Amino acid sequence: MADRTPAPDTPELRERWGSFEFTADYKAKADKAIARYPEGRQRSAVMPLLDLAQRQVGEETDTQGWLPLPVIEYVARYLDMPVIRVLEVATFYFMYNLKPVGKYHVQVCGTTPCMLRGSDGLFETCKKRGMKKGAVSEDGLWTLTEVECMGNCATAPMVQINDDNYEDLTPERLDTILDALARGEQPKTGTQEPGRHTSEPLGGPTTLKEMVEANHDYRGEW
Amino acid sequence: MPKVTVDGQEIEVPDGATVLQACELAGKEIPRFCYHERLSIAGNCRMCLVEVKPGPPKPQASCALPATEGQEIRTDSQMVKTAREGVMEFLLINHPLDCPICDQGGECDLQDQAVAYGRGGSRYHENKRAVTEKYMGPLIKTIMTRCIHCTRCVRFSEEVAGVDEIGALYRGEDMQITTYLEQAAQHELSANVIDLCPVGALTSRPYAFEARPWELKKTLSIDVSDAVGANIRLDSRGREVMRALPRINDDVNEEWLSDKGRYMVDGLTRRRLDKVWIRKRGKLQQATWEEAFKAIARAKPGKSIAAIAGDLVDCETMFAARKLLGAMGSGLLEGRQTGMDYPADNLAAMAFNSTFAGIETADAILIVGSQVRHEAALVNVRLRKAARRGAKVFVVGPQWETTYPAEFLGEDVSVLGNLPAEVAEVFDKAERPAVIVGAGGLAAGAFEPALALAQGWSREGWNGFNVLHTAAARMGGLMLGYAQKGGMAEVAKAEPKVVLALGADEVDWSAFDKSLKVYIGHHGDKGAHAADIILPGATYAEKDGTYVNTEGRVQFAEKAVFAPGDAREDWTILRALADALGVEVGFDSFAELQSAMIAEVPALGVEGLADLGPLPKAAKGGKGKGGTISYPVADFYLTNPIARASAVMQRCSAELARGEEILEAAE
Ligand code: SF4
Ligand code: FES
Ligand code: FES
Repeated sequence: MADRTPAPDTPELRERWGSFEFTADYKAKADKAIARYPEGRQRSAVMPLLDLAQRQVGEETDTQGWLPLPVIEYVARYLDMPVIRVLEVATFYFMYNLKPVGKYHVQVCGTTPCMLRGSDGLFETCKKRGMKKGAVSEDGLWTLTEVECMGNCATAPMVQINDDNYEDLTPERLDTILDALARGEQPKTGTQEPGRHTSEPLGGPTTLKEMVEANHDYRGEW
Repeated sequence: MPKVTVDGQEIEVPDGATVLQACELAGKEIPRFCYHERLSIAGNCRMCLVEVKPGPPKPQASCALPATEGQEIRTDSQMVKTAREGVMEFLLINHPLDCPICDQGGECDLQDQAVAYGRGGSRYHENKRAVTEKYMGPLIKTIMTRCIHCTRCVRFSEEVAGVDEIGALYRGEDMQITTYLEQAAQHELSANVIDLCPVGALTSRPYAFEARPWELKKTLSIDVSDAVGANIRLDSRGREVMRALPRINDDVNEEWLSDKGRYMVDGLTRRRLDKVWIRKRGKLQQATWEEAFKAIARAKPGKSIAAIAGDLVDCETMFAARKLLGAMGSGLLEGRQTGMDYPADNLAAMAFNSTFAGIETADAILIVGSQVRHEAALVNVRLRKAARRGAKVFVVGPQWETTYPAEFLGEDVSVLGNLPAEVAEVFDKAERPAVIVGAGGLAAGAFEPALALAQGWSREGWNGFNVLHTAAARMGGLMLGYAQKGGMAEVAKAEPKVVLALGADEVDWSAFDKSLKVYIGHHGDKGAHAADIILPGATYAEKDGTYVNTEGRVQFAEKAVFAPGDAREDWTILRALADALGVEVGFDSFAELQSAMIAEVPALGVEGLADLGPLPKAAKGGKGKGGTISYPVADFYLTNPIARASAVMQRCSAELARGEEILEAAE
């Protein structure tokens, strides 16, 4: 598992992030998230706010974004809640980065279904391109993380990069995607299997076949 | 009231009870770690599993399951036994099993329950996890590998203390309990998490590796660090008090204790007066008791003798001094060392009438001149409970950090005469409005206007007028007449030839230049520095004694250890002094002294709330008075001579109150 401790509280960190504030854009989004909850329950919005803060940090640093301690403190102040409660949430969920990451956060699923379908090869591909688990690559583009099941097992193996999933991967397909990203292009997301749309069965349905054309009532046949 | 069957025994349980409580009512012991009566239910340790029908065919966590009509609960089935063994085995997987070097050993829930409910061996052969130590301040020592994640400490600081600073970071196997950035726990009740922690993860730092629980003699005592009168247990070994722990008393301290009451005990052995001293040519020199008594007799005080009681003295000492003075023909008794002179003829007007348990039910509270966290941390806990139940709290006095929502109405007492309309309305509408006047309020003349307000808001069957004193000796002193009209100034004006200072360390002695100042007390503090003669006395731990808390609750403390060196129990000193001065005081033993005291002030003979009679009528025209409030406690950790002598309190003061960086000694 990746190192989930917050980046150390150094004077440099304070210097860089001490004055962090939501931009007008993000502030509007944050206030909208807070408004979803009853008055006085603004704490409930802690997860969206942490996400927004991480995204803003991402924009400012041209990375996926992460949560420096002063930013976590800012969110706590924004929601008028004890900072330890915010840190609890930030350290609990894997999607909050507690250390700087690269522009693309490559999260390769290594859980059994993906592993059986070849995730080892995906790790190899990543490593060949100079990525190391839990570290930012030298060009600042990549951070590699191994994650547990992302719920895409039907289209395994898969990789999540920032906000998008790429499925049905082979080392070659992953390479193509990473190349495109490195060039600043947006590759097709979702399944990479030609002819497949989403996670429908490959080669046509094997069960509930009558359903393909129209709704069919199976109940009489049980 | 649902009826349930516990192991075949049918019982009725109160509405809202949990299955665990039902089992307890039926006399069954349910092992538990996370459940605690005074904290919210977490349900995360799974040690309390029982079998319940109707319900899924698996063991259920009894602490989080409501008891309902017709439930059949089994605590003795094979399923329950296996479940407990399983939970215990899992808990111990990552527990270091370092009992021989653990301070919790001998009083550890995990140890006890492992013996009672565990399976006697582990089948786990993998590596255990380890967690780094977390700094939590000068009082709490952490060995986090031992933590079983019950989250009691987290819930205590959030719910009871109201200072949200401990949290559980990370998740799953990586979960760790810590404060934010390992800052020291910053409130007056922080050390209570040590008692709450069911394992040895949070232990007492000052008491680390000092003693084992079974070597200690346990004495029931009363905390004298404030006027709350928390019930404590003094654990001593030989002549030394090793630690103070809270006892359960729902009316007073529930089961908490302030950090000062708990940790000033190391001051009991430091800076002690254990010899008689006489000032000769401006220098204090060692002397014998005889010389000292002779010197006092030589002053020929006659009627011109006064007694000033300090903040920590027991009623017996004060009574003995009063007897002595009475025999000399003097009534110059005073206990309000700092010069306060509120009227003390009506004791009901001087007490915390709502009682601590009662104040929890108040729905509007006006605090006048009290920094409650510093002056009575345990009362602040009650106020927080009241606020959590919806009470509105207002404060007159300088700003301080409350642990509940509170509105500050300014620093001047005059605001009592014309409360803002919205505030007045809250109180007019309240069913149980309460006023709390603190020492700062009394000093600024808030007594009369506050009493007038309380009387305006009087309600049937509810007494909402409260005085919150700061000294353990105050209520007892007032009951024994240690109050002059005019206060200390009056005593000074009388220019007594001899002043007996009974542990009085907060007096401005410059007003007593011409008097022979005899200090009877235990610590070389301010009073002893000013004294002409020092007679070494006993601390609260070294004598039996009666104390009355600010509610007017009479409580009895027992002697835990002997006073050091030549120090004597204070009453014996006063008895001997009577001989030296050639007067009769009418007692020769502590028992005689006590019965004489009870004969004169019968209320002191009955443990529990004293009946102080009805409140007086507020004087007319008191309302308009003004005066700026300031709080008497400058530093929570150093309010009395014992605390000032305590190295632990000194360090707390430096690190927590003054925020100095303390470098950890290399351990
Ligand atoms: S430190 Fe102690 S009280 Fe806190 S969660 Fe761990 S075991 Fe429970
Ligand atoms: S195992 Fe990889 S997505 Fe489920
Ligand atoms: S006591 Fe019930 S789960 Fe911990």
